[in-house]
Formats: sequence, structure tokens, C-alpha cells
Amino acid sequence: MPASTTSFLDYAPAPESTSILNLADSYGLFINGEFVPANGKSFATISPATEKKITEIASADAHDVDLAVAAARRAFDRTWSTMSGADRGKYLFRIARLVQERARELAVAESLDNGKPIKESRDVDVPLVAAWFFYYAGWADKLDHAGLGPNPRALGVAAQVIPWNFPLLMLAWKIAPALAAGNTVVIKPAETTPLSALIFAEILQQADLPPGVVNIITGAGETGAALVNHPDVNKVAFTGSTAVGRMIAKSTAGTGKSVTLELGGKAANIVFDDAPLDQAVEGIVNGIFFNQGHVCCAGSRLLVQENVEAEVVERLKDRLKTLRLGDPLDKNTDIGAINSREQLDRIRELSDIGEAEGATRWTSPCEIPSKGFWFAPTIFTGVETSHRIARDEIFGPVLSVLTFRTPAEAISKANNTPYGLSAGIWTDKGSKILAVADQLRAGVIWANTFNRFDPASPFGGYKESGYGREGGRHGLAAYLKSGSNGGSTRKASR
Amino acid sequence: MSHLPVPKTYKLYIGGAFPRSESGRVYEVATAKGDFLANAAKASRKDARDAVVAARAAFGGWSGTTAYNRGQVLYRIAELLEGRSAQFVEELRLTDGITAAAALKQVETAIDTWVWYAGWADKYVQVTGNGNAVSGPYFNISTPEPTGVVAIIAPATQGLLGLVSVIAPVLVSGNTAVVVASETSPLSAITLSEVLATSDVPAGVVNVLTGSAAEIAPWLAGHADVNAVDLAGAEDLDWVDLQATAADTLKRVLPPEPGVPDATLGRITFFTETKTVWHTKALI
Repeated sequence: MPASTTSFLDYAPAPESTSILNLADSYGLFINGEFVPANGKSFATISPATEKKITEIASADAHDVDLAVAAARRAFDRTWSTMSGADRGKYLFRIARLVQERARELAVAESLDNGKPIKESRDVDVPLVAAWFFYYAGWADKLDHAGLGPNPRALGVAAQVIPWNFPLLMLAWKIAPALAAGNTVVIKPAETTPLSALIFAEILQQADLPPGVVNIITGAGETGAALVNHPDVNKVAFTGSTAVGRMIAKSTAGTGKSVTLELGGKAANIVFDDAPLDQAVEGIVNGIFFNQGHVCCAGSRLLVQENVEAEVVERLKDRLKTLRLGDPLDKNTDIGAINSREQLDRIRELSDIGEAEGATRWTSPCEIPSKGFWFAPTIFTGVETSHRIARDEIFGPVLSVLTFRTPAEAISKANNTPYGLSAGIWTDKGSKILAVADQLRAGVIWANTFNRFDPASPFGGYKESGYGREGGRHGLAAYLKSGSNGGSTRKASR
Repeated sequence: MSHLPVPKTYKLYIGGAFPRSESGRVYEVATAKGDFLANAAKASRKDARDAVVAARAAFGGWSGTTAYNRGQVLYRIAELLEGRSAQFVEELRLTDGITAAAALKQVETAIDTWVWYAGWADKYVQVTGNGNAVSGPYFNISTPEPTGVVAIIAPATQGLLGLVSVIAPVLVSGNTAVVVASETSPLSAITLSEVLATSDVPAGVVNVLTGSAAEIAPWLAGHADVNAVDLAGAEDLDWVDLQATAADTLKRVLPPEPGVPDATLGRITFFTETKTVWHTKALI
């Protein structure tokens, strides 16, 4: 770039070194405390930023799933269900500490495999992973206070299938409460992002977690289906698309398996004209461009009060022009790579449909690297509630802007979706926040902030965004059943 | 002078009114001994849909009432049930073939169950919600809210107690309901509807369908505007298929239980959603 055009936005690359990683050339399945070969055909996991192969990953077939579930069952019967809650907690505390110790390595692996900016994996994903284990560790010997009455019991073997957008964080959301409650686990990371889970398996070995308590099997959708439908599984926990969630709800019907589903979303981020607009713009950016918009609770529908729309959109565009898209491992990067070609194709397709349906497209002017999967931050204005880009989850850095005049209209538009995962409210008026929050049919509502997560805070959806909660005391209920005399029951002689 | 009895026409209860089935169909309700008792309305798919529309329309108002008010409205129903006790006893004696003493016992248990649930209206939020100590400048609180429209397959036995045991817990939090009454013991359901109609429960909050549960249940399980299904009394139906149908719209589904469900806090909370709100604190 010529010197005359340099600005404060220019910067020297500051890539995080991958030398901290000590990766194997290939990984087996983590079953019964050790890595074992799989029956299925192995596959490569690649960096979406370079399309270069990182390492070779095993694929578990139905027989491998059998072995993993059997290992989890044995561990449940012989070890984990007979261990004191205090000791279970100590293992979880150990894991939390080990995650903190290997935080840098985990962050680099996550950004390499997923494509998310290192500043996010370093400052959000991995610290939350440690926090999640630390939080649930303390619950393990306090389950009488979980809200299910005295002596609640573990469900047994939990089958867990997690997505590629927050690979290690979703693993922590699933494993930490399951183990605290006394269950054993077979977990399948997403096909495109298995790396951090395999490093996590090494952490489990360092923690000396008894064999079989956590089993990590890699593979694609078929592996997940075999796991979820395994007859010796007591609990199914899934985070991912609503389409797959439906299939799981259907296939587990009548089996007696306990099921929790954390599915898609199309969150409204509502900006009133009395909002602090500078903060709101930051919140809108964080809401939809955090993690390239690969966030189920992303604020993908901006509902802005009509009289401030022009100003908000202008400020938003100005802000987006300053975002740096590129190498996920570069500490200056704001927008990383799209996780896979398949996802990139979907984002492109829905964006094209947005244009075809009459919305106005604006794309942030940024240079796209020649290799890898990338999509520049994009805003659609003039979006109507019937447009596909206002209804379908795009799961990418694409914001649809709609307007409203009154709070009632904002609420009605916000709720006009089969989803109900999250929502945002921006206004300086506290009483308005409370009144609007009351009316929104969504499980998580952020007032004057967005995309905040905490292990103490329950997360999960209404309607077709799924059921069950993860995080907080409520998150334990997904992995426990009432004791024989549990719950609050009216004692009647009938 | 002798009095020739005036028999009651048993109709559906939808949106606060007592319509016949739009299909014009009825079915015979017999005593336990097999004698003719009444022609009850045989609800159709269209009736089920009308009931869902009524329940949806009533949801905003009912869920928006204060918890104290909802508790009083529910308690009021127990008062009215008490006044109708003799009628329920007589109907249960006939349809269920039980002694007057057993019928009275059932009515009394139903009333006590209703009072127990009514008392939860302004407490279940405190017991099942909580503040969350998050790491950051946020006031963060989780509270349960009603799920929405709940379709209920009432237990096949114990016509009154079965109904009360599934309706009351759904109403406590502010849900609205479409209930398919016991096919063989529907008289209590109609009489309970009359109690509801003359109580302070707003029209549409409870809608009662009589007829064939096997025929109506699939339409309710598949209806996109129903948020949850209580299959309490569906044991003899193809309930696995109903649950699979409900999965298309990711409804919350409570599987069948034998007999009449116990009164538990869990039956209230199953039909609620936890909402967590993060309120930003200013940095001062």
C-alpha cells in the first residue's frame, strides 16, 4: 500500500505461532482412556483459512460406537456412579486447571481448525471452557440443591453431539455438567473441528480421569446418528441445526431417553431511538460478526426504530470498514475464515436470495485472501419479514436490517419466527427493557449488551430453538432425575 | 306433582362457548353397566384447530395476569368444584361404575389437588428461578415462563381427578390448554367446563374436546401453534407416533403415565421455559 494512503488501520502482521502445537500425524478414537484405531475410513481436518491439511482424523463406525458406549457404561457402573460427589468434583477442578495451563495451545488449535480469530479463541472460548469446568466442579457434591429434591440421581450414559462453531466450548458445556451430575459420556465433535477435542483427551489423561468416564469419538453425521440411536444410551444432548434436532427428537421418541436440544436461532437485536447509539453499534457488530456469525444466538435481525435507522446503518457501515478480515492466527484479526466450503456456499446462496428478493446488499470493502473460505461482513437493508434472509438462519456474517415504529411492533416482529433462542434490547430506559424483555419469547435476552456467556447463566431456547438449558443450576437438570422421594410432591392418600 | 327430568346436552367447550361439534357427530356415553347416559359431542379435526386458535388467543391475557391474581382465579375454581360436588359424584358413579363413597373421595382429592396447585402460582417462580452470579457488570436473572399452548390427553380413568391432575399444573404458570377428555368418562369434563365457564378463568384458557382421542390427538401433536403435549392419558394410543409427530415442530412432550399423575412441582415446570436476562450495569 502506498505510504500516502496509510492510516491508523494499517498494521504489521502479528501471527500467533503454531509451534506451541505438538500434533500427531493422525488421531484415533479416545475410548476407555486411550487412543485406539477406528474401523471407519479416516479423513483430513483442514484449516479453513488455508485449506491445508492439519492432521488425519479417525472415523467411528457403528462398532466403534458400541465400544465407546460400552466403555462409558462400564465406567458408569463401576467407577463414576459409586464415587463421591466430592471426588468427581476434584477431577473436574483438575480439568479446569489443566485447561488454563494449556490455554495458549488450545486457543491456537481452535483457531487453526475452526478459522475463528485467535483473539476470540484466546479471550472468549478457552477462558470460558476453564470457567465451565470450574463452575460445575463445585456442583458435584451439592446436587441436593440442584432443584430436583434430595438425592437426585445421574441418568447414566450421555450421548453428546456438538457443532463446529465453538468446538471446545460446546464440549465443555456438555461434559462439565454431565460429569458433575455423575453421568459418563460419549461425545462426538463436529466433523470439521475435531482437533481441540483430541487435545482435550490428552488433558483427561493428564488429569488421570478414570478410563471410560469420557469417550471422544470422531466422525461425520453417521457416527452421530449411531451414537444418538444407541440403545444403551440414557441421555442425548445435541447442539446444532434445527433440522438435525428434529431428526433426533423423532428417532428418540418412545425410547425413554432424556433429550436436550440447543438448536438454531434468528435473534432480533432491537435498537430503540433512545439507545446509546455508539454502544449499540458495537453491540450489533458483536451480535452478528462475532465468530463470523457462526453463532446460534447471533443477532442476525437488526430491528431498529425507524427514525434512527439511517444513522445507525451509516455508523454501522463506518465501523465495519474498520474490521480486519484475514489470518485467524493473527492477533489483529477481527473476522476469521468461514468454517467450511459447505457453509460458505450456504451463506452465499442465502445472500443471493436476499438480493433477488429485493433487499439492498452492502458488503464491507475488504481484501479477501486467495486461499481459504471467506465472506466479508454484509448488511442487507430494506428487508421485509417475509424475506428468506429475515426468516432462515444464515449462520454467517450477514445482518438483515428491519425497522419498527412502536415497541409493540418491535415485539411482534421479534417474535415472528419459529425460533426463540435469544434477543437483544438497546435503550437507556430501564423500565422499557423490563417491559420488552417480558414480552420476548426467547430464552436469553441481552439488554444493552449481546453474546455474553457465563457458566452460571442458563442458556437455551423457546419454541423450535430446542429445549433444556445449559449453564447454571438449570443446566444440571438436563443430567439428573429426581431421587425416589424427590421433587415437591403433594402427599395424598390416593 | 312429578317432575320429568330435563337431560343435559353435552357439548364441547371452546373459547368460552359450548358449541356442538362442527361435524355434527355425537357418540353414546354409557354407564359402566352399559345403559345409555348421553350423546356427547364427537370432536373433529376442525374442532381441535378451533380450540388451538382459542387457546392461542387467550395466552397473552392469561400469561399476563399477575401471579397473585392467577392463584386466586384458580382457587376460585376449587370453591366452585366444592359447590358442584354432588353433581360430580353422581356422574362419576354412573360413568366409572364406582360407589358414591369412592366418587366423593375422588371429588375431594380433585378439589384438594386444585387448591395445592393454585397455591403454586405465585411461588413456583421463586422456587425454580434464580439470580446468577456472572463474571461481569451484569444483573443476571433466570425466571420460568409458561411454554404457551399445551395439548393434553387426559387420563382415561378417574374422569374428574384425571382431568384436574393434568389441567391445573398447566394453568398455574399461565399456559392455555386444549384438553381431550376421557372418551368413556367425559361427563365430568363437560361439567368441569361449566365450572370453568362460570369461574373467573378467561374464555379460551381451557378448551375441552370430547370424542375419540385416537382421532384428535395426531392433529394436536402436529399442530404448529401447539407448544407442548401432555400425553398423560395416551398409554393406549400410539403415543410413540404422537411423540414423533410432535418432533416436527419440536414440541415439549410429557410421555404417558399409568393411572392419574401425582401432583408435583415437576408437572408445573415441565410446561415452562427458563428466560435469562442480562441487564448491563453502568460503570460508575
